[in-house]
Amino acid sequence: MDAILLQILNGLDKGSAYALIALGLTLIFGTLGVVNFAHGALFMIGAFCAVTLSKILTISKEVVDPTKTDFLGNPLKVKVPYIESWFGESFGGAIIDWSVPLAILFAIPIMLFVGYAMERGLIKHFYKRPHADQILVTFGLAIVLQEVVKYFYGANPIPTPAPEAFKGSFDFGAMLGFEANAIIYPYWRMVYFLFAGVIIAGVFAFLQFTTFGMVVRAGMADRETVGLLGINIDRRFTIMFGLAAAVAGLAGVMYTPINSPNYHMGMDFLVLSFVVVVVGGMGSLPGAVAAGFLLGILEAFASMNWIKDIIPGIDQIIIYLVAIVILLTRPRGLMGRKGVMED
Amino acid sequence: MSNSNMTRRGMLKTGAVAGAGVALPTIFTASSAAAYTNEPTGSTVTLGFNVPQTGPYADEGADELLAQKLAVEHLNGEGDGGCLNTFSSKALKGNGILGKKVEFVTGDTQTKSDAARASAKSMIEKDGAVMINGGSSSGVAVAVQGLCQEAGVIFMAGLTHANDTTGKDKKANGFRHFFNAYMSGAALAPVLAAEMGKDRRAYHLTADYNWGWTQEESIVASTEAMGWETVNTVRTPLAATDFSSYIAPVLNSGADVLVLNHYGGNMVNSLTNAIQFDLLAKVANGKDFKIVVPLYSELMATGAGENIKGVLGSMNWNWQLTDDGTKAFVKSFGEKYGKPPSNSAQTCYAQTLLYADACERAGTFNPCGVVEALEGFEFDGLGNGPTLYRAEDHQCFKDVLVVRGNMNPTSPYDTLEIVEKTPVEQVTYAPDHPMFAGGALGSCNPGA
Repeated sequence: MDAILLQILNGLDKGSAYALIALGLTLIFGTLGVVNFAHGALFMIGAFCAVTLSKILTISKEVVDPTKTDFLGNPLKVKVPYIESWFGESFGGAIIDWSVPLAILFAIPIMLFVGYAMERGLIKHFYKRPHADQILVTFGLAIVLQEVVKYFYGANPIPTPAPEAFKGSFDFGAMLGFEANAIIYPYWRMVYFLFAGVIIAGVFAFLQFTTFGMVVRAGMADRETVGLLGINIDRRFTIMFGLAAAVAGLAGVMYTPINSPNYHMGMDFLVLSFVVVVVGGMGSLPGAVAAGFLLGILEAFASMNWIKDIIPGIDQIIIYLVAIVILLTRPRGLMGRKGVMED
Repeated sequence: MSNSNMTRRGMLKTGAVAGAGVALPTIFTASSAAAYTNEPTGSTVTLGFNVPQTGPYADEGADELLAQKLAVEHLNGEGDGGCLNTFSSKALKGNGILGKKVEFVTGDTQTKSDAARASAKSMIEKDGAVMINGGSSSGVAVAVQGLCQEAGVIFMAGLTHANDTTGKDKKANGFRHFFNAYMSGAALAPVLAAEMGKDRRAYHLTADYNWGWTQEESIVASTEAMGWETVNTVRTPLAATDFSSYIAPVLNSGADVLVLNHYGGNMVNSLTNAIQFDLLAKVANGKDFKIVVPLYSELMATGAGENIKGVLGSMNWNWQLTDDGTKAFVKSFGEKYGKPPSNSAQTCYAQTLLYADACERAGTFNPCGVVEALEGFEFDGLGNGPTLYRAEDHQCFKDVLVVRGNMNPTSPYDTLEIVEKTPVEQVTYAPDHPMFAGGALGSCNPGA
């Protein structure tokens, strides 16, 4: 029982990342009809917003420490962040320590702009082209973006830790009456799950309870009629692209303490996120979220030792197996709308 | 009435085939004039540096390339000479190799076996490279080593740690200076016993490919030999990025040590995940929980950041050593590039000098002469202390470093501290050791 609870918890944080990326993918597909293979790159750019803010906050002046030597035997140059010398070691240090949560504020305008620029600069030219063309151009864009990031940040993962207050793990097992250490779960992963919940709720509330969201939903259902009513639906869809980019970016920002970001982290999530979208049902926002969590948890279960002993390698293929089963039995996906991608 | 079926296109095809047939003997004649593949005839000799310039190990490859360029400078008599001043063999004079100026070409392995073979092939066939050096993966090393054997050039491996490179996949034209998984186990086991006790229960997470398997086998064997018990060995997909679902069950398994048989991004992520789960702060079986990373690299240590603090592992070499060879290389590299070299850079630098020295001592670039000069060669002054290039398997035998994540680093470069220099006797094994069994060295191939 404790092992099952443990893997459900493990699946939640990965499922959160899948759900957030798939949510953005579905928003773009549902509004603009574009299959965006560069969406993983947006997740990666979000993560590198956190890296960039961390680097900005730790820009340092060099102070020579004559008591120590560097690797060549010269007096050691110690780096002291400007922010610590301006605001004092404790407050300045706290700002640096909280660089990942602070990066949310840093990333939102950047991601909105990146999304806007991507849509206006490139993707809008492919609206009327076949999906294969859209996939090729966005996949190419993803490769370009990751190579640009690699050029500036290198190929190695860059450690971007969570604030000190969120280090360590919580013993769920002890709380539920199991043995100590039976079910432990890192604090930051809990934060990630809650954060994902807030973002997902925010997007749904935005679409459900605002006039803007109502128009977008109407446009998703029947773009032509909304256009005939004199509403500039294209402009709203462009904003939705920016919003989807921001969702992916924020998912990336908060993911950095879980796994040190590197330039190809977007690709690692991209294919799985597409499977999530297809399983959830193309164009269905609740479907994308539900499938994200479902597949995240199933993936965690498949990596349990006794399951791997029965079916070796199941952890690597479980998501695809589930996708095949669901598409065979329910071709529209879990919550797919009738008529979407069916012609 | 004519029954001829010959068309214009058919005539052209026949002509082309006939032309190629006529030209073929000339190709053979031309190449057979050389005694061996890419025999240098002018005033220069070309070396091929095959390193990952793109892909996940690009930074490691960049560091290797810096060291290789430095070696070429030193061989040509430029710079401060580096380890030419400390190398026990005095055959190298700083006037190139056998009087020929050293030039180099580079290839990108992409850390993919097929791409690495293609780039090595191109450097051999198009650029006339007489030796291929570099790489940061055992899969690549084995693939390129096989190619060099077929092509008749020498392969001086870069970072490759799997036992198989000088085990079942060894080749007469291939040489490895880097240590291997068996040596990691043999060096680490006594330190682990001294620091953690002989009554420990280990849980292994292993990258699911050739290198991971051989490392797991080596560490399991050496730790069980000193009394540890292996609770479980779990294979993790090479493409995995989040190891939480593999790490979460560890504490509940009865284990009190986690061994991460991971390298590169796998290592950074699995260690980061293990620290998130607070494993090092836990107590299991009445003992403090410990983590071991058998193969360390400086670049990966930087990637793992604070997470490596206190974690034990092993290395081929570290810039903090204090012997003359290390000092000379670190000074030369540090003054030129502003940072200390990594252990993959050092192995590529040493390999390039060793190849050049072997050519000088053999008096030829002929691979068979070079092989003879390197087999059984004993040397010192390149940073690893007294070293033997064993004739039976072309593996270097030298001291191995046990290192630990530095608790109080003063710069981005001293993230690791040396715990022990394990003497070579402790890591030496018989050439027919079961972990290295199978395959045969064969005989040298001069090509041509």
